[in-house]
Amino acid sequence: MSSTEQPPSSAPVTGGNRVKRGMAEMLKGGVIMDVVTAEQARIAEDSGAVAVMALERVPADIRAEGGVSRMSDPDMIDSIVNSVSIPVMAKARIGHFVEAQIVQSLGVDYIDESEVLTPADYTNHVDKWNFKVPFVCGATNLGEALRRINEGAAMIRSKGEAGTGDVSNATTHMRQIRAEVKRLSSMPEDELYVAAKELQAPFELVREVASAGRLPVVLFTAGGIATPADAAMMMQLGADGVFVGSGIFKSNNPAARAAAVVKATTFHDDPDVLADVSRGLGEAMVGLNVDQVPEPHRLAQRGW
Amino acid sequence: MTNPLAPPDARGLRVGVLALQGDNAEHLRVLASMGAQAVPVRRPTELAMMDGLIIPGGESTTIDRLSRIFDLAGPLKERIAAGMPVYGSCAGMILLADDIVDAARSSTGEPQQTFGGLDMTVRRNAFGRQRESFEVDLDFAQLDPEGGVGEGGLSEGAAPAPVRAVFIRAPWADRTGPGVQVLATVDVPSAATAATAATATAAASSAAQQGGTVRIVAVRTSTLLATSFHPEVTGERRIHELFIRMIRGEA
Repeated sequence: MSSTEQPPSSAPVTGGNRVKRGMAEMLKGGVIMDVVTAEQARIAEDSGAVAVMALERVPADIRAEGGVSRMSDPDMIDSIVNSVSIPVMAKARIGHFVEAQIVQSLGVDYIDESEVLTPADYTNHVDKWNFKVPFVCGATNLGEALRRINEGAAMIRSKGEAGTGDVSNATTHMRQIRAEVKRLSSMPEDELYVAAKELQAPFELVREVASAGRLPVVLFTAGGIATPADAAMMMQLGADGVFVGSGIFKSNNPAARAAAVVKATTFHDDPDVLADVSRGLGEAMVGLNVDQVPEPHRLAQRGW
Repeated sequence: MTNPLAPPDARGLRVGVLALQGDNAEHLRVLASMGAQAVPVRRPTELAMMDGLIIPGGESTTIDRLSRIFDLAGPLKERIAAGMPVYGSCAGMILLADDIVDAARSSTGEPQQTFGGLDMTVRRNAFGRQRESFEVDLDFAQLDPEGGVGEGGLSEGAAPAPVRAVFIRAPWADRTGPGVQVLATVDVPSAATAATAATATAAASSAAQQGGTVRIVAVRTSTLLATSFHPEVTGERRIHELFIRMIRGEA
């Protein structure tokens, strides 16, 4: 009756799929905020963030300053880990498995293999099964999401177009993933083989999505979220939660905006609450239309 | 005797799941599968209609903050004091504890708050960070030996099959008061807890087992139930069944 793979009952198992995916389940309905200092991390925690993403520069600054963007300084990540009690995430470059090893050794709770940083490998992503700490990865469509899950990602987020304050790409990605999941779940089983081929994703995962009607991991949204209304719209489009990057600390009242985005995420389907929390927040981040970003500078196109 | 294959009877019960943040969907699914009317609760008007409530896993600081902003904390404390059955998993266990040993503090020095009700002191993230999160089999008192055990099948003797428990940045109880029963403990290998044990105050407890590495991870009173771990993510149904029996006044 019991599986032969079942470990002896006395031995605790760390780093398994259930604790990795389960960690993301506990973040649902919450807001994860980009922070670059310990002080910002504390503002995020005070505002009700479920986690913070520690990084050296928010995407808007990465975009403005250019150059190669890398993993943050361990001192900086440590200072954030030590300043809050909520989970801390940190970014590693796509394919940079050593940055991921370093970030894991610092004790962060989730690693974001992120297109916001400059990719380190234009062919392979990190083999995420080799890590005890779970990974979140970006995706623009279902096939990309399933390829990342196949590599061990325990959480998926839309890519959007980070650092713009323009939510349109995140909308596209969320709608795309939702539409592709619906399409799979309405297909007869014998058509799933070709669907897997077209999605360039493993058949087993495709079949799992088709029968469950959803991704096997939590799906957050990210990229261009700047207002409470943006966050609520993503939730209504089916996101399990929200990443806000530059949108909070590039606005002129970060604490108020952070708290408002948290409230809007919880009450995403209640326009009265949304109207109330949208009042008096001051200027949102200035923003940049995705159309004005030249194709080679679009971060969402990194990763495949 | 009851038919062990029959679904536990939760029909006619309205059981809420606090849906401010966290894995409320998983709890709602388990409750619905048992026949309860499972309702997400975010407002005092919704809370008022419930026969019982589950506080899910999530971030205790976030749930605390939202519950106060949206005027749910006060009514919930009143319902707890009036005897409404409440079950909390992980963050929910923290929020049901009277005291937190290492409460998060805001920039202005204000500590996080709890709904309280369980005379115990909890320690957040007690086992460590995410890389220390783990799953393990646990013996759990008061489970129905004939209850459903998920995919594992039914146990033969009087002792129920162990619970496969998933601990995610989980708390434990440093101290439990005289009115609180301990339902499960976990044996923590000393190597894994070296870091936390060094900072832990003496885990002196009237209910604690002997030995420094045995930690309290599940407790109850007549109306309140709390687990450090997440039965809602493994297909384990017996702990929800115990809670349904508590709501019915049968356990």
